[in-house]
Amino acid sequence: MASDEVKVIGAWASPFVMRPRIALNLKSVPYEFLQETFGAKSELLLKSNPVHKKIPVLIHADKPVCESNIIVEYVDETWSASGPSMLPSTPYDRAIARFWAAYIDEKWFPSLKSILKAEGEEEKKAVLAQVEEGNALLEKAFIDCSKGKPFFNGEHIGYLDIAFGCFLAWLRVTELAGGHKLIDEVKTPSLSKWAERFCNDPAVKPVMPETATLAEFAKKIFAKPPA
Amino acid sequence: MVDEVILLGYWPSTFGVRTRIALEEKDIKFDYREQDLFNKSSLLLEMNPVHKKIPVLIHNGKPVCESLIQVEYIDETWPGKIPLLPSDPYQRDQAKFWGDFIDKMVPGLVRLMWGAKGEEQEAGKKEFIEMLKTVESELGDKTYFGGEAFGYVDIALIGYYCWFDAFEKYGNFSIEAECPKIIAWAKSCMKRDSVAKSLPDSEKVTELVPELKKKWLCLKSL
Repeated sequence: MASDEVKVIGAWASPFVMRPRIALNLKSVPYEFLQETFGAKSELLLKSNPVHKKIPVLIHADKPVCESNIIVEYVDETWSASGPSMLPSTPYDRAIARFWAAYIDEKWFPSLKSILKAEGEEEKKAVLAQVEEGNALLEKAFIDCSKGKPFFNGEHIGYLDIAFGCFLAWLRVTELAGGHKLIDEVKTPSLSKWAERFCNDPAVKPVMPETATLAEFAKKIFAKPPA
Repeated sequence: MVDEVILLGYWPSTFGVRTRIALEEKDIKFDYREQDLFNKSSLLLEMNPVHKKIPVLIHNGKPVCESLIQVEYIDETWPGKIPLLPSDPYQRDQAKFWGDFIDKMVPGLVRLMWGAKGEEQEAGKKEFIEMLKTVESELGDKTYFGGEAFGYVDIALIGYYCWFDAFEKYGNFSIEAECPKIIAWAKSCMKRDSVAKSLPDSEKVTELVPELKKKWLCLKSL
């Protein structure tokens, strides 16, 4: 039915774009993926997200929904009958999931990005330390939130798994470039196992870029050879 | 079991104001504890070890951090009373989008108030005015952002109102001249008990600025 059509405007390499795609896959909602050209913004994107002019944008029944974590909640609420809930059942646990998603976007990911851009050993060391501190916090958060289950959200992948897991490909690229493991069995054992489960999930696999492909792309956009 | 609700705040904080308004709207009794941000209490550090910031809402001993997350938490925990967020998923998404946009106004405001005089301050002012105009066109001619009902987006923005005099003084401009609908909207909000009770006096906020400038290089902790 045309009125229920779902489209996602995005780009294959963007971790933020992965979020709504995973959410839609989890709810078995078919959608059309409209790939933006790197370096240019389509008319549809500018019209659908005039405020930020950024991807991802979800268009449902011709109405645009913006901001990746907000889109995930929208998908969860709109197709609530189509799959397990992506957010925990209690207001407190939901507040915790939202807190960590905000932390990941505001603190953790900017630190991760800085590793690839860091110039010189001193700067690199400082940024690496920040990311490792963040990983330690997230390792503990995983233990607290999962309560012994496989995902942050419990039995099934949810909002916080998606908010964090979408960065795993970029994390692997960063590890390769820096020659330094960030999530591993020694430092972050729970996250290490969770990462494997997440990446192998059928809702995630089709949209998670291959590390090698992403590494090539990273070289292009950062336009300087890795240290 | 009687609910124990504690709010750790700092009186001029635009973020703490949001949580206070939400609690007042729902008529929830709470124990407000003023924090000294230059000498953080062990309770604050224990309840928000990640960011060490206010506001922190402590409900029956469990902390909830980040003001808009707190507003949503309050709405979900005490749903019976006035809803702060719409129930329709699309409308909810729109409200959260604007709440997020309003939060993104902070860096511009930090540059306007605490940035180096000249270029940095001017850039901050320009960014703030542009963003406020965007918010104003979203408001349009409605009474509140959600239409007739006061809610989440109004709560997200109104906290800045007690700082408007300070922005105008230090930025040397008139917000009313740039965004008259926002000023009209703010005055409507101020007629609500929850808002009048929760917003600190603008004059006191403006008087505090020189002292804050001395103590901080930027307002990140607020």
